[in-house]
Amino acid sequence: MKSANFAYIRATSLDHALSTLANTEDAIVLAGGQSLVAALNLRLQVPELVVDINHVPGLDQIEIGDDEVRIGPLVRHAQLMASDEATKALPLIGKALPHVAHPAIRNRGTTCGSLAYGDPAAEMPACAVALGATLVLASTDGTREVAAREFFEGLYETQRAPHEMLIEARFPVAPKGARPVFDEVAARRGDFATLGLAGQIHVDSGVIAAFDLVAFGSEPAPLLLENVADIALGKAPNPGLITDLSQAVADQVHPMESPLATPQMRRRQYRALAERCLHAAMEFADV
Amino acid sequence: MSEDTIRFTLNGRDVSVPATTRGHLGDLLRHEFGETGTHIGCEHGVCGACNVVMDGVVVRSCLTLAVQVDGAEIETIEHLGSDHDVAALQNAFVARNAFQCGYCTPGMIMTARELLAGNTAPRREEIRDAISGNLCRCTGYQAIVEAISDAAETLREMADE
Ligand SMILES: Cc1cc2nc3c(=O)[nH]c(=O)nc-3n(C[C@H](O)[C@H](O)[C@H](O)COP(=O)(O)OP(=O)(O)OC[C@H]3O[C@@H](n4cnc5c(N)ncnc54)[C@H](O)[C@@H]3O)c2cc1C
Ligand code: FES
Ligand code: FES
Repeated sequence: MKSANFAYIRATSLDHALSTLANTEDAIVLAGGQSLVAALNLRLQVPELVVDINHVPGLDQIEIGDDEVRIGPLVRHAQLMASDEATKALPLIGKALPHVAHPAIRNRGTTCGSLAYGDPAAEMPACAVALGATLVLASTDGTREVAAREFFEGLYETQRAPHEMLIEARFPVAPKGARPVFDEVAARRGDFATLGLAGQIHVDSGVIAAFDLVAFGSEPAPLLLENVADIALGKAPNPGLITDLSQAVADQVHPMESPLATPQMRRRQYRALAERCLHAAMEFADV
Repeated sequence: MSEDTIRFTLNGRDVSVPATTRGHLGDLLRHEFGETGTHIGCEHGVCGACNVVMDGVVVRSCLTLAVQVDGAEIETIEHLGSDHDVAALQNAFVARNAFQCGYCTPGMIMTARELLAGNTAPRREEIRDAISGNLCRCTGYQAIVEAISDAAETLREMADE
């Protein structure tokens, strides 16, 4: 299908982008375009004005500090994936990125675009919730910070107002020894996940000191599995614990109805997926 | 960008078109410039038949607005045929019967060329991952994977000489 007609403006600065968004009803940001242009072509979205931010200088920075990694709104999936420094500081992101779409789409699609869009099947929102990232939103009224754990409200629903731009995602650097937990079920590599798990586990002096795990894909928004963490904390990793945790994952999710699988089938898939990725993360041989 | 004209480089030539904001790059290339090697399959990013090179990287032309290419450098399959890497891929695709109708082939070659530029000896798994965003309705992929692997080998041998 072909898009409906719309006006187009190339923002020359962040202020220009923000004032255009503030002054135009029904204006929409164009970042990588890998979700937006598809939605335009399908006429799922029919905006008045498309504000292209691709030529605003300085928005493509990855800043790696001691405590956090700051990702600007034009950092492409491929750019982040190619940054050894970034994926070392954020091993979960490094593990998840190869599952995000396909090479040509990663060449254009952005981390912030993915977060702003809030696709329930997308990997980056799940990682942001698992890692406790902070999202920085800007408008002509100023900037505000929103915790990723509060940002995602439902299917494509976020706390971002239409005139706000996501100008930075701040991810806390993984503590030394923390390990990523990631796997998903998808029709093929790079396809959106029908369900997945993203998290980070930290074993210190033989016991689990921190464990944040998120279920995504089957839920309207990334779901932080707090009960799973409660079971794990203070315990020594062992195969019996993995069985308990995997069952807890299956018990806590609320899979949406789908023509592809019943919620019951999804729960079984979650249990199997949790077993697999927890064994990998805790370095037990896969059973 | 002047008010009413988009200027960009297409296959080494400076070109311009009126800034009609509607439409994507794939249609622009085919309809305005007759570069019909860029194929349109799905128009929502899934099939990869429309891949072109924009400022040095492979992108979906159906997910790129025509107006976005103002100032950019675009290369289509027509322009790349004389590159030694593309020639190696073309020869391998022929030798391996890696196409039937050929609809997916230009997009496949674009993806494979970018893969081989960054990885001279990809494993079969890596090739499959790389072409996961290119759909072929005819071959079943096996021949395509073999062809890309063969082309990689040819290019390695050429590099050694
Ligand atoms: C075939 C295909 C497969 C894909 N598979 C996956 C996958 O497996 N996993 C996955 O995660 N993604 C997948 N994607 C989506 C891809 O990762 C997109 O790049 C991403 O979701 C959106 O990023 P973008 O920069 O392209 O945003 P755009 O398409 O430019 O924008 C998407 C939306 O977010 C808004 N937006 C973008 N940036 C900002 C910002 N800085 N501030 C405010 N609003 C903003 C836009 O206005 C728009 O509403 C796939 C896409 C395709 C076409
Ligand atoms: S036509 Fe562009 S990906 Fe299918
Ligand atoms: S050869 Fe026909 S689609 Fe691939």
